[in-house]
Parts: sequence; C-alpha cells; structure tokens
Amino acid sequence: MLSLNIQKRLKNFTLQIQLKAVGEIVVLTGPSGAGKTTILNCIAGLSQPDSGQILLNGRSLFQEGKKPLPVNKRRIGYLFQDYALFPHMTVWGNIKYGMKNEQLTKDLMEVAGIAHLLQDYPQQISGGEKQRVALVRALATEPEALLLDEPFSSLDSQTKMECRNELLRLHALWNIPILLVTHDKEEAKMLGNRILQIENGRFL
Amino acid sequence: MDITPLLLSLKIASIATITVAFIGITAARVITRSSFPGKRVLESVLLLPLVLPPTVVGFGLLYLFGRNGPIGKLLLNLFDVQIVFTWVGAVIAAAVVAFPLMYQSAAASFSNYDRNIENAALTMGASKWRVFWTISFPLAWPGLLAGLVLTFARALGEFGATLMVAGFIPNRTETIPLAIYFAVESGETDTAVFWVISILIIGFLAILWLNWWSGRNILRFTNDQ
Repeated sequence: MLSLNIQKRLKNFTLQIQLKAVGEIVVLTGPSGAGKTTILNCIAGLSQPDSGQILLNGRSLFQEGKKPLPVNKRRIGYLFQDYALFPHMTVWGNIKYGMKNEQLTKDLMEVAGIAHLLQDYPQQISGGEKQRVALVRALATEPEALLLDEPFSSLDSQTKMECRNELLRLHALWNIPILLVTHDKEEAKMLGNRILQIENGRFL
Repeated sequence: MDITPLLLSLKIASIATITVAFIGITAARVITRSSFPGKRVLESVLLLPLVLPPTVVGFGLLYLFGRNGPIGKLLLNLFDVQIVFTWVGAVIAAAVVAFPLMYQSAAASFSNYDRNIENAALTMGASKWRVFWTISFPLAWPGLLAGLVLTFARALGEFGATLMVAGFIPNRTETIPLAIYFAVESGETDTAVFWVISILIIGFLAILWLNWWSGRNILRFTNDQ
C-alpha cells in the first residue's frame, strides 16, 4: 500500500495531498501547473515535500524531520513523459540496467511485444515501441509502485489505445499501486479505478 | 636539432591536461547540478583566465607561488619545494590558463541531455556513482573529449603566463612557444621555423582528429529512422 500525506510550498500555492492506494490505478488529472508531476516527484524522491510522510508497504520513504530515503532505494518505477530511455544503450541494455529477474523480464517483453527490438537503439524505434520499452524497463526492476507521467501523450490514437490496453493487462498481472498523470478525460475513465481531480495543489 | 622543447612541451601539456580534466570535470559536474548563492560569481571567477591577458594570470601566479607569496612560502617552509622557475611552474601556468576551456566544455556537456535520463537510472536502483559512470559520463563524453583536446592545445601553446612563472631556462622550462620566441630574438630563424612548423602540425592534427571523431559520434547519436 502506498500512502502519502504531504505538504509542499510551490511558487503560487501550497501542495496539500492525502492519498492511499492499494493495487489500483489512480489517475491524477487537472490543469497544467496544478502540481501533478510534483506529487510523482515527491513519491519517487526526485524532490522532497516540506512536511508530512510517505509510506510504501510499511516502509517510510519520507518522514518530516528525518533524512528521506534515497531515490535508488525506494523501489518505485517511474515512467517519464518523454520516456528518458538511455540513448547510448540498446533496448536490451536499457531493460537489463535495473533488471532483477531475467526470466520474468523476458516474459514481460513477450507480453509487451518488444522482444524483437532488443538490439535496436532507442533512436531507431517508434514512439509506441519506446513507450513499451520504458514500461518494461520500469517493471523489470520489480517496483512496489509505478508512477506514469502522461505516458501516452505523444502517441497517435491507434498506438495510444494499444498501449493503454497493454498497461491494463500488465497491471492485472502485477497488481501494484499505479499513479498515472494525464490530461486526457477519456484516458482517465478508461484506466482509472479512481480519478482524482487536482487544482492548485489540492484534490477537488 | 635538440628536441628537448618538444618533449618538455608534451610533458607539461599532458600533465596540465590531466590535472585540468580531473578538476574541471568535477567542478562542472558539482556546480551545474547545484544551486547556491554566489554561483554566478564563482563561475565567472573560474572563467576569468579566458578573458585576462596571460601575463596577468602569470603575475597572479608569481605573486601566489613566489618565494614570498602565501603558497610559495608555505611550500618552501614545509617541503623545501620551489615552484617558480621550474617545469612544475609551467604546468601550473598552462593548467590555469587552459582551465576555462575544460570547465566550459564539461558544463555544457552535462546540461546537454535530459536530466530525467539520470533520474530514470536512479529510480531503477542505480547508485549515484553508477549513474555517473554508466549514464552521465558516456552521454557527456563527446563534449568532454572536445574540452580535453582544446585544453591540451591551449596548454601546449601557452606562452605569457609560462614565461612569467617558469622563465626561460634552456632544457628545464624551454617549451616550444618559448623556444620560438627566443630563437627569433637571437636571430636563429631556422630553429624558429622548425618549431613553428612542428606546433602547426600538432595543432592541426589535434583539431582534424577531433572534427573527424565528433562528426562520427554525432552521426551515431542521431541515427533516426
């Protein structure tokens, strides 16, 4: 279970968020600059809240007044908007970078349909393929929660549908809490077990 | 022809380049990744040798490392070591003058790619050290290499600061640029021409190789379908 109760002072408002998620997909939606990505960054440890706490399966990731758990110890998968694949490594190099279990990873690649791309470089594959590689790369580290920041925004509508279905399939297998940020209302409805509207740093 | 100036120049430029690479890359990495009050001031100070006449840098170093200078006195008292008028002085002069080139190249290289690439590696469980050596360093490498070549070329050609700090002592601090100047001074045109051509060839080959190499690398990184 992922639970957070955090406050963070931003430029124009104060982010105040309380959230609990068990093996479900929680969609965060709202206007640009509402603090959605900041929430993901606080959970991943890329930025720190001013106060509050973040717990993941009983482990404390952040506790006010204590040293926050470093990013690389959090066991949280993060899919960035532009995928952030390592451009100087092949698809396989990318995936095995943080891989825990090779057999499991190979099964994942089969499910995601990227097993034939292993020797290619990220510059050589399509947007939809990059998205799948990034997803498999994140899951190969066997995270306890997954964060997705507008993961489908740069894909065409056909690929978007395929990738969304893919995410649902993988989630059914993995059953970890997923936080997904999107602008797309239709996407929110299709993917979210729960949809949270955020504005000026608070849930509506 | 006595080739001591060539060997001395290569030795001094190499040591200066290695030193500057280490300090410059570390400084660029730390400074570009952090924000603190006075950051712009510090960066300006680090780049100062780029815009100052080398004689001013030489004057400053002479003041610091001279027998009565704060660092010079300390080294003399503690280790009985003198820097001024030795080849070590020439290394320091070349390093200080060439430092901004390495720093600038390194700073640009580390901000040239998406920060989230490093963040992704961190979220995948990699330590900061591993992220640096497997992600940051390879991605910055083309720019770092360009910085290294420029630093080496600048160190090889350093004259003004070197003359002030290391002086002209045949066989001890006689680098190629100094050898050229003093050959012309004493009317030995043949010697001067020989060294002029030598340094032209070295400089040209360095730039040519760098252009060829970076061209090849840029192709590799932008291999879009």
